[in-house]
Amino acid sequence: MREVDYNIIVDNVARLCMEANYYLGEDVIDGLKSSLKNEDSEIAKNIINQILRNAEIARDEKVPLCQDCGFTVVFLELGTEVRVKGSITEAINDGVRKGYTEGYLRKSILADPIRGGNTQDNTPAIIHTNFVPGDKIKITIAPKGGGSENMSAVKMGKPADGIEGIKDFVVEQVIRAKANPCPPIVVGVGIGGTFEYVTYLAKKALLRNIGERNPDPFYAEVEKELLERINKTGIGPMGLGGRTTALDVFIEVHPRHIASFPAAVNINCHSARHKSVII
Amino acid sequence: MPEEIKLTTPLSDQDIMKLKIGDRVLISGKILTGRDSAHKRLFELAEKGEPLPIEIKGQIIYYVGPAPAKPGKVIGSAGPTTSYRMDPYTPLLLKLGLKGMIGKGQRGPEVREAMKKFKAVYFAATGGAGALIAQCIKSARIVAYEDLGPEAIRELVVEDFPVIVANDVYGGDLYDAGIEKFRRD
Repeated sequence: MREVDYNIIVDNVARLCMEANYYLGEDVIDGLKSSLKNEDSEIAKNIINQILRNAEIARDEKVPLCQDCGFTVVFLELGTEVRVKGSITEAINDGVRKGYTEGYLRKSILADPIRGGNTQDNTPAIIHTNFVPGDKIKITIAPKGGGSENMSAVKMGKPADGIEGIKDFVVEQVIRAKANPCPPIVVGVGIGGTFEYVTYLAKKALLRNIGERNPDPFYAEVEKELLERINKTGIGPMGLGGRTTALDVFIEVHPRHIASFPAAVNINCHSARHKSVII
Repeated sequence: MPEEIKLTTPLSDQDIMKLKIGDRVLISGKILTGRDSAHKRLFELAEKGEPLPIEIKGQIIYYVGPAPAKPGKVIGSAGPTTSYRMDPYTPLLLKLGLKGMIGKGQRGPEVREAMKKFKAVYFAATGGAGALIAQCIKSARIVAYEDLGPEAIRELVVEDFPVIVANDVYGGDLYDAGIEKFRRD
């Protein structure tokens, strides 16, 4: 059994928290740049150029892209032939604490949902763990902003709704959200599984890079169709009108119960942040 | 594309009247910050007819909760937060002479009506452009409610803060107009 030091996890998580908040992914930058070609609204072009300029400033000055440095969502792929010396959960939270403090990132987490009290270090992280073969640990940090998270939804539909029902649900959700999730957005869609699992799928979908299609050609087509429909809504960058409402739509699916038809939409803002490391 | 309009605070009715939805504006001068908790406190004082800790006549309130400042910096990333959460408190502040608000996302009908009635405008800033906007902020100091931490009311001195007129005094709403113009059914 391979062993990994506690501090290696802490340091990597701290670094990823900072990097995810400072450096916008090249895929998002490319997506924004190519969206400029489709826009004929001067306001929309102006906003997209501001977002691109913002990414340059954040990168050069090592400051967060957005003041909302998010809830720290962690996807952990833990090899069954590796163990961390100490608690990996504590190591991840220590890493978040270090990253958000030393990186001058905003701390947005209230210790109690009703009675409040800022935890002052953005912990605890939300950690999704999967066990995989091998002796490696893959950690993905995906800070998630509140404005876009608030515009997400789950629907326990009827099997009779079919794929058309899901498409309508996704588009309606984007229209309902309008300017609030900071478009151009990225749309994560989960289909199947159970009530809690479908929302996890929608979140996981957001880890894909812009332009990366579902390997199943059926769902790849649905993604393309949904993107086209969403970009016909006219909502546009920051909801002020235009053709670029979404940069991409990603679908993740799972087998379902014969009686159930769950679907979930998780919306990400244009600050679609995620960084990974394999240890 | 028309030139950007340069505005310096405080704003007069004349400044406000010439603005139309879709205008790009560069704001300079002193502006105030405030979000959820500060608005609640201002509203409660105003409702009782008590004096506010800050002068809002002719002023602009920017809805923002900035990231911490790095050493040597005036402020951390400071983009707009979603405005509709301030809607319940806004009409009363407009009645007291507030002339402008900077935020993101559409306002409710009561706020839009109050902007027409009391001659005020709503400016949209680019959400998620916090690093870019921070560069326009030349100084920041807390002027009220220090206990609220990031939500305290600050006075910012800004230079050429880029915004777009989303609501004007004539009842125009760029969120509705923009979607109407670009929707393809």
